[in-house]
Amino acid sequence: MSSANRETPRPAAGRAGIKKELPAHFKDYRHVWVFIELERGQVHPISFELLGEGRKLADKLQVQLAGVVLGPPGEAMGNAVAEAFAYGADLVYIVEAPLLADYRNEPFTKAMTDLVDTHKPEILLLGATTLGRDLAGSVATTLQTGLTADCTELDVDADGSLAATRPTFGGSLLCTIYTLNFRPQMATVRPRVMPMPQRADKPVGRVIRHKLSVAEDEIVTKVLGFLPDSQSTKSNLAYADVVVAGGLGLGAAENLQLVKNLARAIGAEHGCSRPLVQKSWMSADRQIGQTGKTIRPKLYIAAGISGAVQHRVGVEGADLIVAINTDPNAPIFDFAHLGIVTDAIRFLPALTEAFTRRLSPHSRDKLAS
Amino acid sequence: MHIVICIKQVPDSAQIRVHPVTNTIMRQGVPTIINPYDLFALEEALRLRDAYGGEVTVLTMGPPMAEDALRKALGYGADRAVLLTDRYFAGSDTLATSFALSQAIAKVGETFGTPDLVFTGKQTIDGDTAQVGPGIAKRLDLLQLTYVAKIASIDLAAREIKVERRSEGGTQMLKSRLPCLITMLEGTNEIRRGSIQDALCAARSQVLKWTAADAGIEDLTKCGLRGSPTVVKRVFAPPARAEKAAQIDTAEMALRDVADELITAIFTRQPALEHELAFNGGA
Repeated sequence: MSSANRETPRPAAGRAGIKKELPAHFKDYRHVWVFIELERGQVHPISFELLGEGRKLADKLQVQLAGVVLGPPGEAMGNAVAEAFAYGADLVYIVEAPLLADYRNEPFTKAMTDLVDTHKPEILLLGATTLGRDLAGSVATTLQTGLTADCTELDVDADGSLAATRPTFGGSLLCTIYTLNFRPQMATVRPRVMPMPQRADKPVGRVIRHKLSVAEDEIVTKVLGFLPDSQSTKSNLAYADVVVAGGLGLGAAENLQLVKNLARAIGAEHGCSRPLVQKSWMSADRQIGQTGKTIRPKLYIAAGISGAVQHRVGVEGADLIVAINTDPNAPIFDFAHLGIVTDAIRFLPALTEAFTRRLSPHSRDKLAS
Repeated sequence: MHIVICIKQVPDSAQIRVHPVTNTIMRQGVPTIINPYDLFALEEALRLRDAYGGEVTVLTMGPPMAEDALRKALGYGADRAVLLTDRYFAGSDTLATSFALSQAIAKVGETFGTPDLVFTGKQTIDGDTAQVGPGIAKRLDLLQLTYVAKIASIDLAAREIKVERRSEGGTQMLKSRLPCLITMLEGTNEIRRGSIQDALCAARSQVLKWTAADAGIEDLTKCGLRGSPTVVKRVFAPPARAEKAAQIDTAEMALRDVADELITAIFTRQPALEHELAFNGGA
């Protein structure tokens, strides 16, 4: 086992692990780090959302917030560093090497674990993207520390421990998880779960460079190519301003057309709840909820969706939630702002028609004048 | 070719109910299933075995009742099933789980031949962490290929594998080496209907039951609650919003009027929206 040499004896703890006894060699782990996800020249917006959260944690702990950028030399690296400062970082660690141009598990894990071992952060946050999850699992196992996935809330408690809250039991309840006796405390957060913080132009601050200790010929996995998603298959669901979604209450796959019709009429993206993906009524990239996309639109219309916790955590950031459901006791009415107890199959066409009337060219002219 | 696939028995999520007072999961009578994401990995493993020959060993860690999931996997055509079950594993988080499974995979390798490939599902539907696959890979020092949408080719002689991997905004084409660990993306294949022979075989086959000691695990401090760096401090239902949804009355109203009233309510609360929708709407 490759990681055997790093394993440290841990203090005896049952549920008594709740008692905090941080081993001496972890005592100098300080500061909050956010992994800045730079891929093919672009920083994933999750990195800025994490910097917003990281800022709050660092302020509470009265420590510094650092960004970590791994990537090839070039303009994109410079931009990523500048953006990290603009979104609140106090300093940025960079590992710059041509072989970090495309994401691969081996060199990224090596770069990140070396950085952690050298500079010792107490908290390390990553985006729960395909890249972030691939990397976080390897890094946590290499470092033999705790990792809490898909957090919906991050906080520090009175003694300075990270309290990471996430949905559990298939998203029916929430739980708060601690990594008490190990460092760093690692957590991932899905895109859009946290609000985008304000950006402010700031001078580039302290940048700390770290050398990559692995060469291309030591890396087994090679990237043969990259095929970007075509524009037609790409959905902008996570970042859409208006979203319409359907759930099991629609009764049959063909009724999803009613959702799509309304979405088209008001320029919205469409989506669905988890059971519909499991029934193959809609593709997985349209799923809204904890294990699908998290959305923060200005308007969200949920048709025939009961509102399980795992759906709720994916839509709670919406400014206005409208729920249409036949069951007056459906949990969705506990967190929606506007509710209608009626059959979505009958109501959606009426709503589409009413929106079309209201938003006709004539009324458009009136609004424009 | 020897392929090991790790599966998990999970409660059928569609049937989970939370006790309204105690906020605990009501497990009684909830049917269990093989984690749906694992079925894509299982099917892929079976297809590779059918194409290249060899054996598929299916492995799970869980309580004795997890044998049901293994029997189902045998029914689909897996050749061998190992149930890792011991009270020492109770309360494992993802780090402790990946430790136990990696030790068991090493033991499976010693006993039945070193695996060329280890499969897991993308994630489970009860934990949803996607951490155990990468954890196993790291502990066994296997190359890690996550979110694999397609195995393009395998060259057993050259020990080479090419895959298509889902990444943000596109598909990565990767070349790597055997042995490696693959987490399979959902929707990439469809689990077969097991044959009659497989069903008969499954009924006759023994599920191997291994304790921690059987799996060669010496360091029990890395197992279960003791081996888990994370601690769950609190489980709770999300707090209800202060006020419930404002209901639009539908009694004795035509749907058309209800729709108009809803739209007025939407634009009253979010006045800027009317302008945006009017110009973004594609109707």
